[in-house]
Amino acid sequence: MGGVIAAAAGVPAALYLLVKPKNKNSGEWVEVAELDQLRAGQPEEIVYNRKRTDGWRRVDEKTSTWLVRTETDAVIAYNPACTHLGCAYHWDAVGNAGAGQFECPCHGSAFSMEGKVIAGPAPRPLDRYLARIDGGKVLINPETRSV
Amino acid sequence: MLRAVLQSIEDRTGAVSGVRRFLDEDIPASAGWHQVLGSVALFAFLAQIFTGFLLALNYAPTPGEAWDSLRYIVTQVAAGSIIRALHHWGASLMIIVVGLHMAQTFLWGAYKKPRETTWIVGVLLLLLTLAFGLSGYLLTWDNRAYWGTIVTTRIMGLAPGGSVLLRALGAEGGQIGRVAFVRFYAAHVTLLPILTMGLILFHVYLVRRHGVTPAPGDELLPKKKFFPEQVFRDTVAIFVWCAALTLMVAFVKVPLGRIADPTDTSFVPRPEWYFLFLFQFLKFFQGPLEFFGAVVIPGLAVAALILMPWFDRGRMVRIQRRTAAISVAGIAALAWTALTATAVATTPKQIDEDATEEVQSWQTIPASQLAGIGVFRRENCTNCHMPGHSAPDLAAMPTPKDAAWLRNHFKSLTENEATALVQLLSKRTDDVLDAWRKAPDDIVQGAMVYHESACSSCHTLNGEGGNDGPSLNGLRLRHDREWVKAHFADPDKLSPGSEMPPFNFKSQELEQVTSYIMSIPK
Repeated sequence: MGGVIAAAAGVPAALYLLVKPKNKNSGEWVEVAELDQLRAGQPEEIVYNRKRTDGWRRVDEKTSTWLVRTETDAVIAYNPACTHLGCAYHWDAVGNAGAGQFECPCHGSAFSMEGKVIAGPAPRPLDRYLARIDGGKVLINPETRSV
Repeated sequence: MLRAVLQSIEDRTGAVSGVRRFLDEDIPASAGWHQVLGSVALFAFLAQIFTGFLLALNYAPTPGEAWDSLRYIVTQVAAGSIIRALHHWGASLMIIVVGLHMAQTFLWGAYKKPRETTWIVGVLLLLLTLAFGLSGYLLTWDNRAYWGTIVTTRIMGLAPGGSVLLRALGAEGGQIGRVAFVRFYAAHVTLLPILTMGLILFHVYLVRRHGVTPAPGDELLPKKKFFPEQVFRDTVAIFVWCAALTLMVAFVKVPLGRIADPTDTSFVPRPEWYFLFLFQFLKFFQGPLEFFGAVVIPGLAVAALILMPWFDRGRMVRIQRRTAAISVAGIAALAWTALTATAVATTPKQIDEDATEEVQSWQTIPASQLAGIGVFRRENCTNCHMPGHSAPDLAAMPTPKDAAWLRNHFKSLTENEATALVQLLSKRTDDVLDAWRKAPDDIVQGAMVYHESACSSCHTLNGEGGNDGPSLNGLRLRHDREWVKAHFADPDKLSPGSEMPPFNFKSQELEQVTSYIMSIPK
């Protein structure tokens, strides 16, 4: 009897705490830059506004992304958080023997322009957002996980 | 092994012998099912702490956002509506259990010397339970919560020193805003739980100190032990309580109305059921007498409850020998029931929007477009307009044609039907697309009747239509279905002076158009 009572309280509580809440707003594309403002081989940090679901609120917030224009005129958009512990990294144009690298100030992780780990404790390459070019504009989808 | 572990715990804390002493309490030979209510009340309180804590994990205690977050809990968080319903109905059941516990104590004369203090602490716990209900009532921040609490605080303001009390509550002048809200919240989640736990400990201590009250005549019989028989009875009672709560949660929906609107003049506030008697009682006292009804008499009643052990001093414990006390209690119970029943009977049937139900896209688009969807479906347009067929897939991309081209395209249809289709195709929003897929057929039929009858030449609905008649958005909050149906047949009878002509729909059309109008939210 005690077990039934405990389960009656415990099961809903576990669901309540552990199951991800429903969210019907996700995966919106945001225009962040013109392709023309990017130059191949020169990563740019772009500050933009996006809508994000934060619990019961849909918030409009300022955030950033690192954009890299490739030689083939594609664009890579990086999540601006280091994959080690989430610090904000920056671009160092002279590092990596002059090729440039993303450097994290916290524990010295470094990433190549393609996002590969070249130094430090970072466990995986930089996380990417879905990105596409539409009519000369760069659009990213920061809420949908890139594969 | 187990024995060694227990022994080492015992050596360090004394916990094992403590539990044993607790379970080995002597109880009178007459102890039985009637004494389980205290344990159930304690358990109900612990359950409220548990569900309250879970709710607090997803709740923003600020006016406005409180409602948003609660709506999030009941519509988006897994099992959120269950947790909320457990807390809501748990509160109601707790009031019932505490009330029954008190009635049992009274009927068995268990408050008599030397147990007066136990009784007083019990009365204080009852008042704290009611304070929990009162403070928690505001926290949903819907119209019920807001207007109900406005009335309650104005009543508090009538008491001597009422204005000081209201200032302490942050509700100066009877206004409920941010400050009052966070103070109600703070009381509900910090002050009241701490006071209640402290008094429960004292209450249980006193019960242990004086022992469970023996029935007359069994003082001399050999005592029983609390464990296992009475522990088993308590567990069964708690189980029954759990089952009752589960049934309530499963079958009675907990409402969440529209967000509190201080400008809403149509809302009729009513307190929670356990305060209805007081609400009804107040109606007997008007003008200068109000002070007596709201403050003096309830104050005296609480004082009488606290002083009960001194009014009913006789040694007699048996019910048959305490006619005076029992009749007073009986009359009070009857009065409570009569007042509550009257209040329930006179409460106007209020229809409020249920904020936990998601508004569907078809409830928000203009009637002409929904009628257009109906025509589109009836004419089987998707026979050609679909992927891989001759005509463009209209769901995938908007039509590039202009209105004149479209009208010509629809020349086999009536003027009204063509208009509906043009509206549908030329203002193709995401909501329209969603409605296209999901709108239920009878609602769409109703919209076609609505469109065909040109209701929108006088009435506005979802932003479309004229202003000669009242807006039909939220009509369902003002009238019920039968009224609307009768109104179609004879508008002047139900709304004297109305310029609306009578509509004599066929019975199926009448049902459909009524369903349609009644589905449109405010």
